[in-house]
Amino acid sequence: MSGPTVARSPAVTRARLPRVLHPGAWWWWALGLATAASRTGNPLLLALLVAAAALVVTRRRGDAPWALAFRMYLLLGAVVVATRVLFRVVLGGGQGEHVLLRLPEIPLPAWAAGIRLFGPVAVEQVLGGLYDGLRLATMLVCLGAANALANPKRLLKAVPGALYAVGTAVVVALSVAPQLVESVQRVRRARRLRGAGGRRMRLLHGVALPVLADALDRSLALAAAMDSRGYGRTAAVPAGARALTGALVLAGLVGVCAGTYGLLDATSPGYLGLPMLVTGLVTAVAGMLLAGRRVHRSRYRPDRWRLPELLVAGCGVLAAGLTTLAVDVHPVLLHPPVSPPTWPELSPLTVAAVAVAVVPAWLAPPPPSAPAAVAHPSVPVGGPR
Amino acid sequence: MIEFHRVSVRYAGSPEPMLREVTLSIAEGELCLVVGRTGAGKSTLLRAVNGLVPHFTGGTLSGTVTVAGRDTRHHPPRDLADVVGVVGQDPLAGFVTDTVEEELAYGMEQLALPAPVMRKRVEETLDLLGIADLRHRPLRTLSGGQQQRVAIGAVLTCQPRVLVLDEPTSALDPTAAEDVLAVVTRLVHDLGVTVLVAEHRMERVVQYADRLVGLTGDGRVVDGTPAEVLAGIDLVPPLIGLGRLAGWSPLPLSVRDARRHAGDLRARLAGAPAPAPPPAPVGPPVLTARDVVVRYPGTVAVAGVDLDLYPGEVVALMGRNGSGKSSLLWAVQGSGPRQGGTVRVTGPDGAVDPAAVPAQRARRLVGLVPQTPGDLLYLETVAAECAQADRESGADPGTCRRLLDDLTGGLPADRHPRDLSEGQRLALALAVQIVTTPPVVLLDEPTRGLDYRAKEQFAAVVRGLAAAGRCVVLATHDVELVATVAHRVVVLAEGEIVAAGPAAEVMLASPAFAPQVAKVLAPQPWLTVEQVRRALAVTG
Repeated sequence: MSGPTVARSPAVTRARLPRVLHPGAWWWWALGLATAASRTGNPLLLALLVAAAALVVTRRRGDAPWALAFRMYLLLGAVVVATRVLFRVVLGGGQGEHVLLRLPEIPLPAWAAGIRLFGPVAVEQVLGGLYDGLRLATMLVCLGAANALANPKRLLKAVPGALYAVGTAVVVALSVAPQLVESVQRVRRARRLRGAGGRRMRLLHGVALPVLADALDRSLALAAAMDSRGYGRTAAVPAGARALTGALVLAGLVGVCAGTYGLLDATSPGYLGLPMLVTGLVTAVAGMLLAGRRVHRSRYRPDRWRLPELLVAGCGVLAAGLTTLAVDVHPVLLHPPVSPPTWPELSPLTVAAVAVAVVPAWLAPPPPSAPAAVAHPSVPVGGPR
Repeated sequence: MIEFHRVSVRYAGSPEPMLREVTLSIAEGELCLVVGRTGAGKSTLLRAVNGLVPHFTGGTLSGTVTVAGRDTRHHPPRDLADVVGVVGQDPLAGFVTDTVEEELAYGMEQLALPAPVMRKRVEETLDLLGIADLRHRPLRTLSGGQQQRVAIGAVLTCQPRVLVLDEPTSALDPTAAEDVLAVVTRLVHDLGVTVLVAEHRMERVVQYADRLVGLTGDGRVVDGTPAEVLAGIDLVPPLIGLGRLAGWSPLPLSVRDARRHAGDLRARLAGAPAPAPPPAPVGPPVLTARDVVVRYPGTVAVAGVDLDLYPGEVVALMGRNGSGKSSLLWAVQGSGPRQGGTVRVTGPDGAVDPAAVPAQRARRLVGLVPQTPGDLLYLETVAAECAQADRESGADPGTCRRLLDDLTGGLPADRHPRDLSEGQRLALALAVQIVTTPPVVLLDEPTRGLDYRAKEQFAAVVRGLAAAGRCVVLATHDVELVATVAHRVVVLAEGEIVAAGPAAEVMLASPAFAPQVAKVLAPQPWLTVEQVRRALAVTG
């Protein structure tokens, strides 16, 4: 796996042991790539970025369910590109001299003036749609890469203590959702046992009611279990302090709102702008920190931020930085003109950006190998629960 | 360790209190079994221990409950998490995280234990419960017995001094239940944990219990040593029934105790004629299945099963959790997936494959009551369900209600199906499914959550259906039920039939499937107390 050139100092060897990288590192990297993609319309560069993301994902993802979703993001990207091009063909104006084919134009009533359906299709038009769609698709694929590489639940665990309750709510919602799907399937099959005839409305009634009742039962059972296992234990905080934190957070948020308004509205007095915003922010953060101190808990095997994390995140940021620099140096290369259509080119800077983006495929420690999971029926409906 | 002092619990909207003036004292290191009929308040008693009643469920509690010196009045469940560990009926519903290891750590994270302590305790607990090889497995892919052990482990990591288990083995096959109970007894003996456990299938646990708390049904409790309490309450596990019949004193609690008493009973029975084998099926089979294959992505649930069902017989389908019982039932009914093989049901208009006809017709051929009978019910009242069942199957109005009254008398017509007891809900679902008079009736795990009395009632219903010429198939783990009603037993493993034959033959062949009476009287061929009673009546 690792190249023979790696120095064999103990620290390096340990850093290269298979382990799960901090989810934050992957998100920094992915967001860096997405930023880079957003800066350019150069299809060559975009395609290279997608390829880089895909390579890193295939080399460094685990075998968890979310890791397999990357293919879905690729598919989604393809759909985005196709839709963009299709829209340009259907609705696009007639700009461009290199007409590919002429579709019969559909006449529209007078109130829809300015919109044209079909008509001549120009190369410029199609290319514009393609570049645009490709940029959006690349950003999507970058986010998909982050999703495939980082466990979403572990990321939520890394949120600061003040947002703990919010994080838990999201976690519970995440785990209840698949159960809901499962109970819909179960009840629908039970409905078939009763003949399942009837109109749509009755079918809805017959499925929705048991499923909702089921979901409520499950949520209550989960809440009871969490309560009896100590969730929400609070350090002894006097009622006064509790009221203070609440008031601080509330006042702070009001301050932030007012400050933002003041900043955006030029006619409001000066003190309502930046000073208000900063005061509000400080108050809210203080309140949240106070609230976070009330939450008394510890973390089992927290994800540590070590050297590989720093390098992976740095690769993403560097790739974004290089592309931004390239835009300043050669704006034309990063936004190849569509009229007249020219072959897109790469500059050394952009090539360097892609090279940096792909480095984590080797730099990041490999994921832990799959546990010897005996495939059990993935809870077939009507099967063992 | 646990003190109840004049505790009464009354839920809002109910006229009668659930618990009435309960005074109990459970000492450290005791294994205490809570028994009582469905709805007698077992869960209420258990949940009062860590304050879920009334902090979480609502209702009014008078009197005091103290655990390790802490009054639940001032300590909500979360503040008792370091003293009391609670494991609910369905472990999967109580899991908060995704994987075994994270689940074990969750409780400790809430208690803010330092990371090195957590690492050490997780490893210890994995070893203690014998689940070290499961540590990275997603919780949803575990079998029922494994889930139950993980759920116990997840509360054990907080090192509670009291462990509360609500029906820990009700959904498990006999072997998995043994595993879980072995873990529980080990905790009591090695760590001195105080355990409070509720269980319908008392026969599994009673031999390990130091003390029995019996709920009489009117909110009061009787407590004492198992033999004392069992002599006075109306719940009779087979061993106790046999002991009473033979006049043994003290009543035996384990197969070992009973066997030591049983020498003379075996001698008396030696001359009695063996129980009559079930009548050989007459006529052609009503359902013929050949080479049934069911597969799900990544797994084969049913791997080529042949099955013949004859009118008037009761067939028990047994095998461990995940052996393909449910999948086979659903495939035979035609609603579940079936990738290969043929199914033929002889109905009023010739032999047809239920999967090939509309659902409306398939249910006239084969009726199936699923594992959670409540899934079949979706209307607001019992009466509405019955009327709808009559309508959708074209029966005369009132047919379903009549069937229901035959199954279980006097269900209030305006009751919501969700408010019925497990047994009543099962009866309603069964009535709804047999309105169409299908020649074959399939029941998936019907006796989960039924007490002995309800189970006897259910057995009578099954016999009635068979006597009326239907074929009844039960997929179940309950060997005692199978011993009472089944003519034939089919054992599945990994989706294949590993044993099939007359009930007595299959059940006597292996200790895992033998009922308690058979274990006591082996090598004689008696399966139930009733058979022994009849034999004794003959020999005198």
